[in-house]
Amino acid sequence: MPFKLTEEFKAKAAHICARYPRRDAALLPLLEELQKESGYVAEEAMDELAGYLELPYARIKAVVTFYTMFNRAPAGKYHLQVCRNISCHMAGAPGLLAGLKKELGIEEGETTRDGLFTLSSVECLGACGSAPVMQVNAEYFENLTAEKLDALLDELRHGRLKSR
Amino acid sequence: MENILLKGNLADLESYFNQGGYKPLKKALALKPAEIIEEVKKSGLRGRGGAGFPTGLKWSFIPAGAEGPRYLVCNADESEPGTFKDRELLRKNPHALIEGMAIAGYAIGATHGYIYIRGEFAAEADLLDKAVAAARAKGFIGKNILGSGVNFELFVHRGAGAYICGEETAMLESIEGFKGLPRLKPPFPAVKGLFDCPTVINNVETLAAVPAIIDKGAGWYASIGTPKSSGTKLFCVSGPVNRPGVYELPLGTPFRDLLEKNCGGMKEGKKLKAVIPGGSSVPVLTAEEVWGVKLDYEALALAGSMLGSGGVIIIDDSQCMIKLLGVLARFYHHESCGQCTPCREGCGWIEKLVNRLEDGKGSPADIDTLYSVAEGMLGRTICPLADAMAMPVMSFVKKFRGEFEAHAKGNTCARRAGRVLED
Repeated sequence: MPFKLTEEFKAKAAHICARYPRRDAALLPLLEELQKESGYVAEEAMDELAGYLELPYARIKAVVTFYTMFNRAPAGKYHLQVCRNISCHMAGAPGLLAGLKKELGIEEGETTRDGLFTLSSVECLGACGSAPVMQVNAEYFENLTAEKLDALLDELRHGRLKSR
Repeated sequence: MENILLKGNLADLESYFNQGGYKPLKKALALKPAEIIEEVKKSGLRGRGGAGFPTGLKWSFIPAGAEGPRYLVCNADESEPGTFKDRELLRKNPHALIEGMAIAGYAIGATHGYIYIRGEFAAEADLLDKAVAAARAKGFIGKNILGSGVNFELFVHRGAGAYICGEETAMLESIEGFKGLPRLKPPFPAVKGLFDCPTVINNVETLAAVPAIIDKGAGWYASIGTPKSSGTKLFCVSGPVNRPGVYELPLGTPFRDLLEKNCGGMKEGKKLKAVIPGGSSVPVLTAEEVWGVKLDYEALALAGSMLGSGGVIIIDDSQCMIKLLGVLARFYHHESCGQCTPCREGCGWIEKLVNRLEDGKGSPADIDTLYSVAEGMLGRTICPLADAMAMPVMSFVKKFRGEFEAHAKGNTCARRAGRVLED
């Protein structure tokens, strides 16, 4: 699929690059901007960005593959990210994750056929006092229980992602 | 005692200003940079990110007369499992951080600062963006701050998911747009840091304490806490207690007070088994060890652990220590950047060995192997991530050896942990 950086993106990018003494320091925020547009960073987008920043493609790819928040394939409309670290683990995260797999019929790293949900387990989200925690896209959902999770999935299926 | 850092919701500039905010900045700008550094030294403020290094001393390492730009970086990467204090601070008191950075920037001669915030904290990063814009609009940061002729530009830089970027030199690599691979030291960041320029990196909580120190004086701050651990600290408590959360307490507060007075004790039916007192990387303490301990740098070191980030993880006796160590091993193995062989290979072997024991397929010899792999990692890598894996392993094995031995004999309790929602 051909990919072109939009004029809108370039305008934003120029603004972001100006925050740093070297233009290539803007690589992470620019990748975040790209991901905002389509939900993931396509190979073609990495190519284009490499040209824009005058960097080798390998530098872009290395960064995209190093950081866990960059998706390299289209994700579902809602990316369910269940924290599995120690505090969430003790508060029942394994059960939540197992429940989600069963309910959605997918494994970690997979997307439901309707394109609605992608399921991942992630490391500590830094909200351990309200464990167990799940991040959906950019939003945190805390103090989860099986019941709350059911209600949340229901809301999401009806197209509603709202704050607690 | 009155809180210094968490004083209700002061997220918007007006409420921060109305309770005296940005007055310390004005006071600081009338002082000489060296006088500010001296004041922070005298206050006894120590790094709140985990290492506890004296803040004023760190600032003084910027070489006098160094040519060219200098940078100030705030570490808001908060990724140490069990730690969630900076998130609270960023939500409730972002201007204390911004003001602290403006003061610190002036003290070290930095005209540019970056706040490195973990990418997952999207809501907090948006809040910070707004707070920075509001402070800039009022002339508290930017060009010619409050007519003083001093410049300080501040930018929010979002991470993208990598625990290692909380390590200060990996953070610098990440701001420069690279993979977060820690740098070999020396040169230390104070000499050659961000964009090869002299740089100071401080934690959110450290910088947010600076305005109060300038306002009320080093003597006042030093009078709080203990002689060597002065001031207040944010303790974040997770695990089966009645009121988990973030509590600001003077350093030296007994653990028992935190658990019983602040957190309302253990949840009904839960018995204290162990505590990881400073984020997942520090050695675990048994219930007996932790009961009489005071929460400060020295007392926790004496007890064989560390104050670390103040992330207090409470473990009750329904938890299997082998399973919990497995959770931590998976984490460190996943987060090792792979530069150093002892860490890259060691974390992997530890995860395998712990899982083998957990699955009832291990042997008693595996316990000693586990310990010796961890011992072999200590102090042999560029950054402390390997130590952060080794310390939990060695302390878990030492203090809960009986559980490991039972597992090695096939007597596992795999199904006990994490079953709450499966039942």
